Amino acid sequence: MIFSELYGAYYNTVADILGVAIDHPLKKGELHEIVATHAFGESILNIEPALSEERWQLLFSDGTTPIKNTPTMPLTRLEKQWLKAVFADPRIRLFTDELPDFPDVEPLFSADDLCVFDRYADGDPYGDERYIQNFRLILDAIKNGYPLAIDAENRKGTVTHMVVMPSRLEYSEKDDKFRLYGDGCRRGGVVNLGRIFSCKPYTKPFPRRADLKKASREARTVELLLVDKRNALERVLLHFAHFEKEAVKLEDNKYSVTLTYDKDDETEMVIRILSFGPMVKVTAPESFVSLIKERLKSQKSCES
Amino acid sequence: MAYHELIKNFNRIREYMREFYVYGFKSRDEYRQKSARSYDDERRRLESWLGDYMRFRQTPDGKNVFLSIDSRVSLHNPLYAAWKTKSFTDGDITLHFLLFDILSSPEILLSLNEITEKIDARLLPFPEPRMFDASTVRKKLNEYIAEGLIVAEKRGKTMLYRRAAESAVCDADILDFFSEVSPCGVVGSFLLDKGKAHPGHFAFKHHYIASAMDSEIVCALLAAMSEKRYITAEILNRRKERVSENHIVPLRLMNSVQNGRQYLMAYSERFRRIPASRMDSFLSVTAGAVCDTFDDLRHTLDAMQKHMWGVSTQSFSGKRMEHVEFTVRYADDEPHILRRLEREKRVGTVERLDKNTARFTADIFDATEMIPWIRTFLCRITTISFSNKALEAQFKDDLRRMYALYGMEGGETE
Repeated sequence: MIFSELYGAYYNTVADILGVAIDHPLKKGELHEIVATHAFGESILNIEPALSEERWQLLFSDGTTPIKNTPTMPLTRLEKQWLKAVFADPRIRLFTDELPDFPDVEPLFSADDLCVFDRYADGDPYGDERYIQNFRLILDAIKNGYPLAIDAENRKGTVTHMVVMPSRLEYSEKDDKFRLYGDGCRRGGVVNLGRIFSCKPYTKPFPRRADLKKASREARTVELLLVDKRNALERVLLHFAHFEKEAVKLEDNKYSVTLTYDKDDETEMVIRILSFGPMVKVTAPESFVSLIKERLKSQKSCES
Repeated sequence: MAYHELIKNFNRIREYMREFYVYGFKSRDEYRQKSARSYDDERRRLESWLGDYMRFRQTPDGKNVFLSIDSRVSLHNPLYAAWKTKSFTDGDITLHFLLFDILSSPEILLSLNEITEKIDARLLPFPEPRMFDASTVRKKLNEYIAEGLIVAEKRGKTMLYRRAAESAVCDADILDFFSEVSPCGVVGSFLLDKGKAHPGHFAFKHHYIASAMDSEIVCALLAAMSEKRYITAEILNRRKERVSENHIVPLRLMNSVQNGRQYLMAYSERFRRIPASRMDSFLSVTAGAVCDTFDDLRHTLDAMQKHMWGVSTQSFSGKRMEHVEFTVRYADDEPHILRRLEREKRVGTVERLDKNTARFTADIFDATEMIPWIRTFLCRITTISFSNKALEAQFKDDLRRMYALYGMEGGETE
């Protein structure tokens, strides 16, 4: 069962509190800090009195505890089943060749139990040895903070060379691709891992991370007027759920929706909004309205 | 009942989270299905769990509360927090830590009496020590045996208990990644909670997080499928505000990475069909008997999927199969359009007609599902044809209405 106190924030928080109390008599400040870090906004109102009033008989009034060993818990059956299923995913090889086995459980799911029906077909090659080696090197460079020299094919099909201080890997479930975000290189430091030919540690002198040109996102907003016909309201709000957004009801079936998106994804936003047809109208900014109009004008010209 | 931060039942908060996260425009008064007190309690809980993501807006109808999350920025799904809020009794938590302290390694093997005596000894220094009787301790041990945490071994007539063997802790990067992209990823989040805090190295684009709220249902369905069982599912019809009980064979979860919806394809004996049901409409799942024809039904679904664009297995036109074809024109410097067709088509064929024109053709159960995708090629569609003529007329009428929306000549309003 997923919804269980065994996985709860309170049990984890109390485990940490007891870990400190085993080491030395727990101070009030330490308890507050642990609760603030591991539990929720109002948890202190419950955890502190429950321990101090000895309803949870785990902490003596002097800050010591009857618990003798640092609290630990074996993996639950559910955790093992989930891990076993994950270990059968082809992407696991990006991380390791050595996986623990859990012979006492069946995997929680198999590939046949699931289908992602709208993922793009040209995903990254997770079984390709060069891809795997590149992925592992990039992840290591992110963790240990060293620059990489990368040769990759750009959108026009030509090979470019860049030196980059990698900061994170971004995965798109829709594209089924990883992108490397890094600082310092000329083109904003975004590289599709599937386009990398060569990736090596860069051993020559390199500027400190603080002095590098940062790969940054430029946030933009678009405002939509939505008419709730053919279940458009739910479809739009679910479709754009992954953005920071705000929806306001204007009239009975009319809504205003404001979405914040990344400037680099503007073309994608245009076609995603177009996909909703006449149920959605872009109202601002004017520059975005023009992008939609341009597409519609071109479409009209196709019909003549 | 007094307010408490933790909860016993997940379904009510699941509905509020969905409302606050997906919609977010309702005022307090509009949450009519529950009492105002209930609304206040759930809102307060969500504020406590997800305070960083709560937003408020004052409107003439009152204060609106909503959750606004840019999932590209959050390295972990914030909604997982809700699964870590199960309430428990004072005895539960006390017993939990005492049991695992007494059974601190898999080598320690103790009887129920020995465990109970040791618990008493640990609690004795408290001014008013709590007493756990043997039946309470046995009940908790049995719960933990079911969860795989404790192992029971019979020696002669006596049952002895020990903690399950420890397993190696999984690499945090593996957990960071798969907790966001795998079904029931919340389990990965539970595992991450066991380790030390660490900087995350992964971000996620096009990342739909709302499915986290359906994790318990998904877990129950996966378990039923792995054992090839029938289930009885309570499913909510939101439009009719009615709950129905369905006796079905779950065959496959169908997930969308373009709108975040999750569906179950399940065989209904009553209707002799394999329709799709939205996962967020499931209220409960109870496993039943083993289904002898499970493998055959799944093969049937495999064959059907070759003609499914999304999850629909039946069209409104009543025809078994609908034909769709359209051609697109692209410039010399737009070879990516052909690549887009190839990578985005899920069924059907793409045919290159000449250097600047390609045709897509498909025979599918329900062409309606394909319309949003076709619209993404607006600006370059030169011909389009549906065997479902009503749908074709609607597509063309919608296009005229789009022209009208933006004040373009040739558009017409209703």
